[in-house]
Amino acid sequence: MIPLTAFIESVGVLGPGLNHWSDAAAVLAGRAPYVPARTVIPAPASLPPAERRRTGASVKLALAVGHEAVAMSRRDVTTLATVFAASGSDGQNCHVICETLAGEDRKLSPTRFHNSVHNAPAGYWSIATRAMAPSNVLCAYDGSFAAGLLESLCQVAVDRVPTLLIAFDTDYPAPMRDVRPVPDAFGVALVLVPEASAGTLARLDARLTDAPCTTLAAPGFEQLRAANPAARALPLLEALAAGRSSSVVLDYLQDVQLHVDIAISNDSGEFKS
Amino acid sequence: MNPLLLTHFTATSCVGRGLDATLAALRGQRGGLVPCGFERASLDTWIGEVEGVDAHPVRADLRDFECRNNRLAQLGFTQDGFADAVVAARGRYGAQRVGVFVGTSTAGILETELAYRRRDPQSGALPAGFRYAETHNPYSAAAFVRRYFELQGPALSISSACSSGAKVFGSARRMLETGLIDAAVVGGVDSLCLTTLYGFNSLELLSPEPCKPFDARRNGISIGEAAGFALLERACDASGAFAAPHDEAILLLGIGESSDAYHMSSPHPQGLGARLAMEQALATGGVAAREVGYINLHGTATPSNDAAESLAVRALFDGTPCSSTKGATGHTLGAAGALEAVIAALTLREQLLPAGINTTQPDPELALNYLLDSRTVNVRTVLSNSFGFGGTNCSLLFGRADRTNRLNSLNALTHPGTPL
Repeated sequence: MIPLTAFIESVGVLGPGLNHWSDAAAVLAGRAPYVPARTVIPAPASLPPAERRRTGASVKLALAVGHEAVAMSRRDVTTLATVFAASGSDGQNCHVICETLAGEDRKLSPTRFHNSVHNAPAGYWSIATRAMAPSNVLCAYDGSFAAGLLESLCQVAVDRVPTLLIAFDTDYPAPMRDVRPVPDAFGVALVLVPEASAGTLARLDARLTDAPCTTLAAPGFEQLRAANPAARALPLLEALAAGRSSSVVLDYLQDVQLHVDIAISNDSGEFKS
Repeated sequence: MNPLLLTHFTATSCVGRGLDATLAALRGQRGGLVPCGFERASLDTWIGEVEGVDAHPVRADLRDFECRNNRLAQLGFTQDGFADAVVAARGRYGAQRVGVFVGTSTAGILETELAYRRRDPQSGALPAGFRYAETHNPYSAAAFVRRYFELQGPALSISSACSSGAKVFGSARRMLETGLIDAAVVGGVDSLCLTTLYGFNSLELLSPEPCKPFDARRNGISIGEAAGFALLERACDASGAFAAPHDEAILLLGIGESSDAYHMSSPHPQGLGARLAMEQALATGGVAAREVGYINLHGTATPSNDAAESLAVRALFDGTPCSSTKGATGHTLGAAGALEAVIAALTLREQLLPAGINTTQPDPELALNYLLDSRTVNVRTVLSNSFGFGGTNCSLLFGRADRTNRLNSLNALTHPGTPL
């Protein structure tokens, strides 16, 4: 039996009014005001121009937060296994495919099709970074972040490999929006490793629980948490931002949640719990 | 890695429902591909459609999940006493100690395609009663299995295109290893839909005839649908000692995963990612390439896939018998890894190497020992390859317990006192 322990080295985040971890941490910790605004997703500079033109919002979002986390960790990106966790894929692309298939001329473009697969962000990530390390791509609906974190913790704990978790979800256009209302895009990335180092932000110890999930005191953040599956990471991000060792319960499945103890690293590299 | 036991397994595809039908088709070298007449697909291609899927609605209490993909899943896991085995595992370990790991590429997207035909002409709204979460969302497949068996453990769907049904074994293995769960229901289920039929058509990858993997005249894939499931349990006790099961038991010995980092819809031309996955499967299983008795190839029958895979295989193996069973079943996409894992388990149980059907002239340039006739042989270790779109690769290595039991006995003789 192997405990689910990992050390966080870095964070990438992009969401409504939250750009980059350093700024987002200040907002989440209450050191700066929260100014909600539509998520602005940058074009992925790491992709060759031909590929860059073909990518949709979810690929761009996943790459943006992934690159931010890797840059902060200073790890060689090709050594990182990856876990991509998302409830949906590219909503706009999916909508156009379904519309086309409902019509008389059902021909699709090749780009539409290859962007439709749930692992399109994983594919583009490996092309952009030349990383041949294993990549997993999973979904657990609203619990996708917790499922991704659990998978990443298993990789770190069992296989003893450094792992990059990238969780993201974007909005669907109408009419899909009515059945899957995700108001705006949110993405988060964590570099998780098996050993503590000088760059460690915190130690995580996780287990399953049937306790209710942690909600956030600030209404704006709680609304965000509940509205986008990837934003279910916010209780963890808030604890990291506050620099305070604590425990959170992350939303996973209806009858099982993920309890995470967060021990923040102090200046001498020790962990308070 | 510590080997895992496949205590039960089952598969349903166009060649038949359950293991007996699958085995009879493999033995008789019969395929299930037919000219495409699915839904509104007017395409010159052949498909592997499972007969009668829509005649079997999902269990009444789960009707929110009603869609072809979940009907196929249910049709699949109720064969061969598999459902009873899951219920028994739940009884043995508790509902919270059984995990669910299901691979799918498109889940029930067909339901959304159909709903888009029935949008409100004024508002454009989808029809009332359309259930996104339980049909279209990739997690619907795992959620359906979890609800059907009233399980309360961790669950997820893996959707890494055509490696999905293989990669579930990797995630399940890690979670079993941590001790969070004691058993895992792993599987893959993918069903026919217009998205994949027209999608592969857009890439000009559909064959106008039944696909011919590794043939000199291969000209594309035939899309199929399938449900394959296995129940995974630890083969080692709490002290790490291998609890020797009966000799015919099937073990998952090794897993290899890699990324091509090359292109979204073309494999690495030298098959580098594929080679890494196979190497890692052998390494984690502690098995030498020469010990592998059969390789179930990914073998989609596109010119580029089979060429790249043959380079990867030849870099590691020397004349190992191999075939792609996609000539019989079609390419079942997110289910293929699980379907072919079950076929690999069947080859070990039955000591039968399945022929690659439809193929008559193996491409001499690919230079593999490609099986044109099914044959009965002594086989103890087999490899199953699954490679997908976006350059995602997974190889699974399976073995019979008698091989591991024998090695452990030898080990005990040469190193007395060491735990088995």
